[in-house]
Amino acid sequence: MTDTTVTTLVAATGLEPAPEPVSGSRAPRRRARTRAPKEPRRKITWDRIKAQRVLLLMAVPLLMYQILFKYVPVYGWAIAFQDYKPGRGSIWNQEWVGFENFVDLFTGVNGERFRRVVINTVGQSVLTLVVGTLGAIVLALLLNEVKNAPFKRVMQNITYMPHFLSWVIVASLASVALSLPSSGGFINQALLSVGLVQEPVLFLTEPNHFWGIVAGTSLWKELGWNTILYLAAITAIDPSLYEAAEVDGAGRYRKMFHITLPGIRPTIVVLLIINAGWILSTNFELPYFLGNGLISERAETIDVFVLRYGYQLGNYDLAVVAGIFKTLVAIILVGSANWAAKRLNQETLV
Amino acid sequence: MSSTTAAKPLARHAPRSRSPRRRWTAERVIFTTLNTTFLVALATLMIYPLLNTLAISLNDGMDAVRGGIGIWPRVFSLKNYEVVLNMNTIYQAFFMSVLKTVVVVVTNLFFTSMLAYALSRKEFIFRRPITLVFVLTLYFDAGLIPNYLLIKDLGMLNSFQAYWVPVIISAFNLIILRTYMKSIPEEITESARVDGAGEFRTWWQIIMPLCKPALAVVGLFVAVGSWNAWLDTLLYNSGDQALSTLQYELQKLLASSMNAGANSANVAGNAASVGSGGQLTTPIALRSAITMVAAVPILLVYPFLQKHFVSGLMIGSVKG
Repeated sequence: MTDTTVTTLVAATGLEPAPEPVSGSRAPRRRARTRAPKEPRRKITWDRIKAQRVLLLMAVPLLMYQILFKYVPVYGWAIAFQDYKPGRGSIWNQEWVGFENFVDLFTGVNGERFRRVVINTVGQSVLTLVVGTLGAIVLALLLNEVKNAPFKRVMQNITYMPHFLSWVIVASLASVALSLPSSGGFINQALLSVGLVQEPVLFLTEPNHFWGIVAGTSLWKELGWNTILYLAAITAIDPSLYEAAEVDGAGRYRKMFHITLPGIRPTIVVLLIINAGWILSTNFELPYFLGNGLISERAETIDVFVLRYGYQLGNYDLAVVAGIFKTLVAIILVGSANWAAKRLNQETLV
Repeated sequence: MSSTTAAKPLARHAPRSRSPRRRWTAERVIFTTLNTTFLVALATLMIYPLLNTLAISLNDGMDAVRGGIGIWPRVFSLKNYEVVLNMNTIYQAFFMSVLKTVVVVVTNLFFTSMLAYALSRKEFIFRRPITLVFVLTLYFDAGLIPNYLLIKDLGMLNSFQAYWVPVIISAFNLIILRTYMKSIPEEITESARVDGAGEFRTWWQIIMPLCKPALAVVGLFVAVGSWNAWLDTLLYNSGDQALSTLQYELQKLLASSMNAGANSANVAGNAASVGSGGQLTTPIALRSAITMVAAVPILLVYPFLQKHFVSGLMIGSVKG
């Protein structure tokens, strides 16, 4: 399952061409785009292969490994077209049913549940992504205004910390925080003491709160971490732009809106493209840990459906159909986000 | 690269962008006060849940059920930890988590960096297609059930192998390391070659030592990922208690208390006492203690590693 670490990591990894965010102010950026002419294609000759046999020895077995563990499992997709019964043994010993499972999952008896599951996945992901991105940008802007370096460092380190805790721990902390005051639910306690609610809210039994709980908990975990790249992008903005703006009489907020925000726009775009592919994969752990029978209509996501209904209850065929759907959508989303960014003349991923 | 690299440009630019005649205007005082207040409040919100759980775990179990514990235990007791450490399953799971993390870090760093070295060499003929195969897997995933079937067909269910064999390479870290290695001047590898070093030797004795900062950071990410993982245990190794991990044990506990919570629409289940060997505690206190046991290793190393990870995160991009 996708770890959210990944979202930030990839941005920093410089998928070719290197996402510009941190690499500099506007001038070098333009240069970067025109630069890097494709290296001349070198012919693959037997002599060269022989000369590079050690490099091949280092790479090819690992290539085989990756193909085995990432691409070969696609044979399991055959289950999507079968009436799979684990008792029959291998997947070559099953009854083939064509597209029956697809029909079942998208329109049939499980159709309603699956539609809800997709809506939940997209809803939770989009809400988490929007809240997370806005939160990280705002926090980066505010941290950037802190001139006291030690204070800034302490604040950063504290906000990064939750990122390193596992989702199990975060879910455990969240379930205590959201419980009744008698179980240590300090959120209820706080709400009661400032008079926002008259009686404690049973957060985890109320379907309508769940998307917000997921977004809020994810925000808590990843907020600080997600600011790292934005802060780096802000650092890379040409300071002469700020000087010029100051000479023109721009105040703090004008500089934020007219220099800082446009300056980190490439970063924002790249991160959104990267995350587009994971719209159907994010938020697996929280709905799995915190969801329960009372709120599953809003909690259950595709990954939870696959794990619970597919793997744990033995409905392999439907789970595989759902998995295929997820992978195809991810690839289409990344492709189109990338295409759209290209059209908008923004930084692209591939 | 150290963390100062990220801060340096800031420090260098700061005096220039802040004109020397800047004064404490009213606007600035108000903004700074509000900003500081907000940040302190945010930081409090970030650490409060942890301190609260720590306090509950250090509190007498029966007393904790009364609720209202803040960041300080009301009736101090180490009994919860005693119970946890007397549970063989937790004890064993802790060591399995450690073992698994160590093995995964070592194998992953070894293989990922070896491949990264090959892919960082400009003259390597299959550089592009091989890179593409790995980058595609960032988004292409066969899915949970097919992956499970592969592990099963390879005979790795309920074995330690299921923990490290499938994860000896991670595409993200590969890209980070490759980008970092690309930034090392080619003259270094060339002179090594002139001196008669083969590719393996150049990689192991020349490039690897130069990559220490990148390796440290990637190793850190791998370690955190492995320590925090629970799904691999659930899918592949839940049939063998000896292979259980700490996060998985915590997850099971969480699942049972969540169900109890949902069924009774409150967490009354917490009032029931549990215990082993005559020692009594309550689920909420026990869960807090296990949560701390699972979190503390990371929280302990955090101060030592925090100065590395920001620079590490930047390595790939700055040098890209």
